[in-house]
Amino acid sequence: MEQPAIAVEGLRRSYGDVEAVRGVSFEVGRGEIFGLLGPNGAGKTTTVEIVQGLRRADAGVVRVLGLDPASQVRELRRRVGSQLQDSALPARMKVREAVDLFGALAGTGVDRDALLEGWGLADKRGAAFASLSGGQRQRLFVALALVSDPEVVFLDEMTTGLDPGARRVAWDLIRDVRARGTTVVLVTHFMDEAERLCDRVAVMLGGRIVASGTPQGLVNRHAPEIRMRFSAPAGGDLAWLDALASVRRVQRWGARVEVEGVDPVLAEVSAGFLARGAYPEDLRVEQPTLEDVFLRLTGGEGDR
Amino acid sequence: MSRLRLLGTMTGVELRLFVREPITLIFALAMPLVMLFVLGEVFGNTPETDEVIFRGVGAMDYYVPAYVGLTLASFGVLALPVHLAAYREHGVLRRFHASSVPLWAILGAQVVVMLAIATVGSLVMVAVAMPLYDTDLPRSTAGVLGAYVLSALSFAALGVLLGALLPTARAAQGVGIMLFFVMLMLGGAGPPPEVVTGPLRVVGDVLPLTYVARLLQDPWLGFGWDAGTIAFVAGMAVAAGVGATVGFRWE
Repeated sequence: MEQPAIAVEGLRRSYGDVEAVRGVSFEVGRGEIFGLLGPNGAGKTTTVEIVQGLRRADAGVVRVLGLDPASQVRELRRRVGSQLQDSALPARMKVREAVDLFGALAGTGVDRDALLEGWGLADKRGAAFASLSGGQRQRLFVALALVSDPEVVFLDEMTTGLDPGARRVAWDLIRDVRARGTTVVLVTHFMDEAERLCDRVAVMLGGRIVASGTPQGLVNRHAPEIRMRFSAPAGGDLAWLDALASVRRVQRWGARVEVEGVDPVLAEVSAGFLARGAYPEDLRVEQPTLEDVFLRLTGGEGDR
Repeated sequence: MSRLRLLGTMTGVELRLFVREPITLIFALAMPLVMLFVLGEVFGNTPETDEVIFRGVGAMDYYVPAYVGLTLASFGVLALPVHLAAYREHGVLRRFHASSVPLWAILGAQVVVMLAIATVGSLVMVAVAMPLYDTDLPRSTAGVLGAYVLSALSFAALGVLLGALLPTARAAQGVGIMLFFVMLMLGGAGPPPEVVTGPLRVVGDVLPLTYVARLLQDPWLGFGWDAGTIAFVAGMAVAAGVGATVGFRWE
């Protein structure tokens, strides 16, 4: 079997009395987009910083591209790209200079003009870092993480500070990066981002991974309920709904009805309406999302 | 990338950034000149005859080497630590660290750039002093060069130590300004040690600039070498270097 891009086993790290990471294990396959999710303070950033060799682990085994980040950090850094939280460039460094510097440091590299173009920074080439907006800085850091054409790229809160349009552009660019064979590790607390972008995700809470799998798999397992909303058709008796095996709950507010159920509730309810010849004009379905999974797993918990 | 090319690349980056920071640049070039004019107008450069305050030479012959030392000191206690602490505070060091830029390349580039600017500032000051106050060229050019290199290394090491220990740019600025003014007043670049008495003399005797100024004056004025002075400046270079290595933090 092909060696995974990242293998983490039993990772632990404490800061003083606080156990930030308490026995985390996961694997990321080559060419995957892997999402690490969790509320603030869950230990996500500490975990990926250890994996990148920026921090030491107290215990556990970490291999990235077969390398040990603790002892082979130099070799590792040549082959991975990092977009860090809480980092900066010198205030008066220009965008073009930054890309040239980090490209030169990496030795190899990608087409820097195309990179700036792709991340929407082409007309900011001559701008000083201090003059960039939050979103522009964020995009520059992602571009710098990719300038060495890394085999694995770590993106920590990549789209924080980006407007909705720029986020979608960023997602497309990350898909392009993956299409070229790069493994992507995404740390995020945006569930829509994880759901659309990630092949697999792991949800961290209190320093542990509490769930992992494909976004759809997690939804099916942890938030299987489907909600249907509609206005009751005139003269129709809806008692039959309760008899369906797939229906869990029916609530009514006057003419408004909400049916909650599990697969194949959509087909059964629709078939029931058709069989009775009276169906609602305004049937709407609400699918559970990764956000529902997240809120359920974390109990809406965060550190602030 | 080879080590030399890496240092060259980083030095180029630091130099460009430094030149874009006009305040620091103006300070580096103007401070020695301002000092020269102010004290030059007060004391002139008539060689001493009766009482010995300025080591038996003219006041400005005494002060020119001391201001060369003061320029180095301003980089060692102010510019370098503030720059380094700001890099750490804002996450620039973290960014470089994550891209495997070795520490020696970051520090080396900063030190090279600051020494280059300090050297330019000192040369301009010396060039202005000679026609204006009729000051002397060094008696021993090789001796002054050696003293300058040792002094520069010593203050560079002190700068890295302060930058390593002080957590924020603001802290580095506060400590740096205090050290700079104490050295300016009591470290051989202000009133000569001969007229300072009591506790102030004691403070002056532990200030690095006191020794750096004397180290530069000795070969400049033809007073030979003083082993104790050399030992103090070299000792500071080693002690600060070791302290910086132990105390350095990326973030």
